[in-house]
Amino acid sequence: MRVEALDRAGRSDRLHGRWMGLLAMLTLLVPLLLIGELLVDGLPALGADFLLSAPTDAGLGGGIGSVLVSTLWVLAVCLGVVLPLGLGCALFLVEHVRAGSRLERALQLTLDVLGGVPSIVFGLFGNRFFAVELGLGFSILSGGLTLACMVLPLFIRAAEQSLRQCPTGYRQAAAALALSRWGFARRILLPTAAPGIALGVVLASGRALAETAVLLFTAGYVTRWPGSWFDSGRTLAVHIYDLAMNVSGGSTNAAATALVLLVLAIGIQALAVALGRISRGVSA
Amino acid sequence: MSPASISFRRPSADRLLYRALAVSAGAVAAILALILVYLTAASASLLFADAGLWRLDWHPSLGAYGLLAMLVGSLTVSALALLFAVPPGLVLAIWGRFFAPPWLGGLYRGAMGLLASIPSVVYGFWGLVTLVPWLNRWAPPGASLLAAALVLALMILPILVLQADLALDEARRRHLPAAMALGASVSGTVRRVLLPTAAPELLPAVLLQLGRALGETMAVLMVAGNVVQLPATITSPIRTLTANIALEMAYASGAHQTALFASGWLLLVLVTLIMLGARAMAGRFGAGPAGEGRGDAR
Repeated sequence: MRVEALDRAGRSDRLHGRWMGLLAMLTLLVPLLLIGELLVDGLPALGADFLLSAPTDAGLGGGIGSVLVSTLWVLAVCLGVVLPLGLGCALFLVEHVRAGSRLERALQLTLDVLGGVPSIVFGLFGNRFFAVELGLGFSILSGGLTLACMVLPLFIRAAEQSLRQCPTGYRQAAAALALSRWGFARRILLPTAAPGIALGVVLASGRALAETAVLLFTAGYVTRWPGSWFDSGRTLAVHIYDLAMNVSGGSTNAAATALVLLVLAIGIQALAVALGRISRGVSA
Repeated sequence: MSPASISFRRPSADRLLYRALAVSAGAVAAILALILVYLTAASASLLFADAGLWRLDWHPSLGAYGLLAMLVGSLTVSALALLFAVPPGLVLAIWGRFFAPPWLGGLYRGAMGLLASIPSVVYGFWGLVTLVPWLNRWAPPGASLLAAALVLALMILPILVLQADLALDEARRRHLPAAMALGASVSGTVRRVLLPTAAPELLPAVLLQLGRALGETMAVLMVAGNVVQLPATITSPIRTLTANIALEMAYASGAHQTALFASGWLLLVLVTLIMLGARAMAGRFGAGPAGEGRGDAR
């Protein structure tokens, strides 16, 4: 009787396993279609020339060279702000705020709320604050700064997590050796947490690279080669949006640009997975 | 012993360090405060006056700034996207953890991680060139509430699967051996034991995705058709609050711009309330802060 029940259980499990597996494979089919579609549409247009020349004729001709450069500039500004500010905030949380204190709860709440703010709202804020109030106009600088506000919580969480993984024993040993907190942070804490912090940087750049709505009215749409921080420049994601929505016949170049963005995004994700593994390995 | 309570020697460099760290933490808090202040200030003249923001007609050239139709659009499309994404998301997480061979499950989670990293504008572009023409064949105009909900569902599915997987894995470690020892089937255990155990963590994860869907701009903007109206059927085009801001901010001025800031304010408040709800729920059930899984999942 009991064996019979077990047998029935096994049979129902096999059945469930089968239809779920089928659904899983079917779901995976959709993104494969997506990537296939991009490859078919975009690959013919993609070449060294496409990557190096500036767009002409609203993006219908030419390539994405200047767009790539603007994207890198925006990313550099963003990371240049996020790295010191985020690391400072994460260190403050780990080193100076007692777990469970009111200050800790307030800071965590701030990070959660900031992390949940919709990207378009960051765009509105950046437009009003950086572009208008601080007089930066539509520029790479205001785009990068607004983006920095958006990815800060993500980076701080990652950095905080890896800083907390530093064994208490290291801390006690450092205190016993009469190291200063600064010495401890610089010589022991930051090196041990480095892979986790690198993971934070990678996650933040992935998020920043994917962002469009924030940059529409902060970094602007200009397709020229950017001369300085104060020039407007469009990023890859904005370029895809503009080509697909506002330029008729632009979908070939949009697909090619999307392919470039996709390769970058997936490369960054793969890097994040590898770093995550290293970071966990160090702490274990 | 918490890290903050270990006492170090305190030379002057440490006082400087403390100040620098405190300032950077303060700056992060200041960013949030600035966002709230600037958005509220920029939309105050319409928001706190009876300016007809809660009406249906949006005709900026005539001075009618009703946000209601777009608010309904935002809410419907997000709710529909969750409806499309949550059941398969749960099934996929369960399959990957309990029914697939371990190597295949791991591979599947890796694939979900990759999908989660695809930019939303790429999803939107795919929707525009593939999904919309396809829907157009049997339900013109194609660009519609349904198209937007499908693209959104596709976009939130990977993270949903990963978060459900985390919650289920936790439950599995606690209860699966006992259930197996009783001779229960895996499917029965999942349904009767593991899903109820994991529910307190699943619910906040779903709520967070609702917030994400509400705040998403590009994917929706590119496939929803962007007609300001209450959706009569699932195939009629709609415009969401986020899409409206992205479309009109470029040329808006005066009261029109104020109305756009007011819709941004509305979005901010809505999404923050949802986030706080998710947080409170996760906190009450004794789980970690709701935001924690988000960083890992990206």
